[in-house]
Amino acid sequence: MLEVHGLTCERGERLLFENLSFSVRSGELLRIAGVNGSGKTTLLRLLCGLALPDEGEIHWEGKKVRTTSEQWRRTTSYIGHNLGVKLELTPLENLQFARAISGASSTEPLEALLDKVGLYGFEYDPCRTLSQGQRRRVALARLMFTRTPLWILDEPFVALDVAGIAFVADLLARQTDAGGMVILTTHQDTPLENKIIKELHLDSGNS
Amino acid sequence: MSQPPLHEPGLIEVFGAVLRRELTLAFRHRGELINPLMFFVIVITLFPLGIGPELNTLQRISPGIIWVAALLATLLSLDTVFRSDFEDGALEQMVLSPQPLPLIIIAKLAAHWMLTGLPLILLAPLLGYMLAMPVEALPPLMATLALGTPVLTLVGAIGVALTVGLNRGSALLSLLVLPLYIPLLIFAASAVDTAASGMSITGHLLILGALLVFTLTLAPVAIAAALRISTS
Repeated sequence: MLEVHGLTCERGERLLFENLSFSVRSGELLRIAGVNGSGKTTLLRLLCGLALPDEGEIHWEGKKVRTTSEQWRRTTSYIGHNLGVKLELTPLENLQFARAISGASSTEPLEALLDKVGLYGFEYDPCRTLSQGQRRRVALARLMFTRTPLWILDEPFVALDVAGIAFVADLLARQTDAGGMVILTTHQDTPLENKIIKELHLDSGNS
Repeated sequence: MSQPPLHEPGLIEVFGAVLRRELTLAFRHRGELINPLMFFVIVITLFPLGIGPELNTLQRISPGIIWVAALLATLLSLDTVFRSDFEDGALEQMVLSPQPLPLIIIAKLAAHWMLTGLPLILLAPLLGYMLAMPVEALPPLMATLALGTPVLTLVGAIGVALTVGLNRGSALLSLLVLPLYIPLLIFAASAVDTAASGMSITGHLLILGALLVFTLTLAPVAIAAALRISTS
């Protein structure tokens, strides 16, 4: 269980959110909503440990965690707005590298994995020649070999086609069904299939 | 659904994977690889033309010229070492990797050094000969470069890691890093000078070796900390 207590974040002179508290239990999906500039991405970056909050604590399984610790990096997977997909490398090479620097991961052949994300036939093409949606699929394929309990995803549905959206929705449902957690931001009314969906609204200005 | 067994990559596997990735990326950008090397060769070739063909003068200043050119060529090539990873989010993934960030950085810089430092060392004797350096000073020149160019890469990378998030980072980078290069420059150039006058340079090489060990142990940690700041 993830508990967030009194998170406060300022960027420059602007107070993005103040005294924000919420919790996510095993098997739950938390969807963070809010207008542009309300701090959704910043909140995700605080949660995954890329940035530090001005105030507030994050607890995991009842214990306070340092979000910059190795233990926390073994607990979370983050896919941000910048996908971290190298355009000069092929999808296969991208995933080989991603798997090598991730923690414990499945030994499933990466070709089979790329097949599952719908990139069969593109394994050996440089990602530069792929569409935005296909690049996002390469990034999302990382989630399939890691076994982290908490996924933190910034706009995972952007640029995906109908089949891609259905695939990701299924991936997210499987993560929560297996007892994992998902925190994501999304604009559209994406058809999520998870059993328990929580919402968190970040409203700029009135907090 | 049966879960396939999990596998945790070992440190050597991580090092190898980063090295392979960097070399592959560099190989697909061959043009950029040549630039620092061309800079090195052109600067050194221009000196005899500008100064004139007096062998004594050239011989006197040749260690300094080669070392200054190597230093600037390294700085030039380092500028982009974290840039593309920073821009496309790959750096965030490295920072968030459960594998030790200093190890990933050492592998990255090892690849960078193999592609920039190593060619400088191999070319140096030819250029030294061109600057009328006595033949017995050429092996010491290569030795100082072999010990010194990794230091240039490691120390420079601290500055690059700090400035990678800034728009106009490169000017600041030179200001940050050049003062740190000065001790190395002084010892290395004077080592080659000493060798040219036929004396032993064991002492110089030991100091350069100590600098290498010192930076190799501490710089990756400093670079990791700097990258964490730059990605936050």
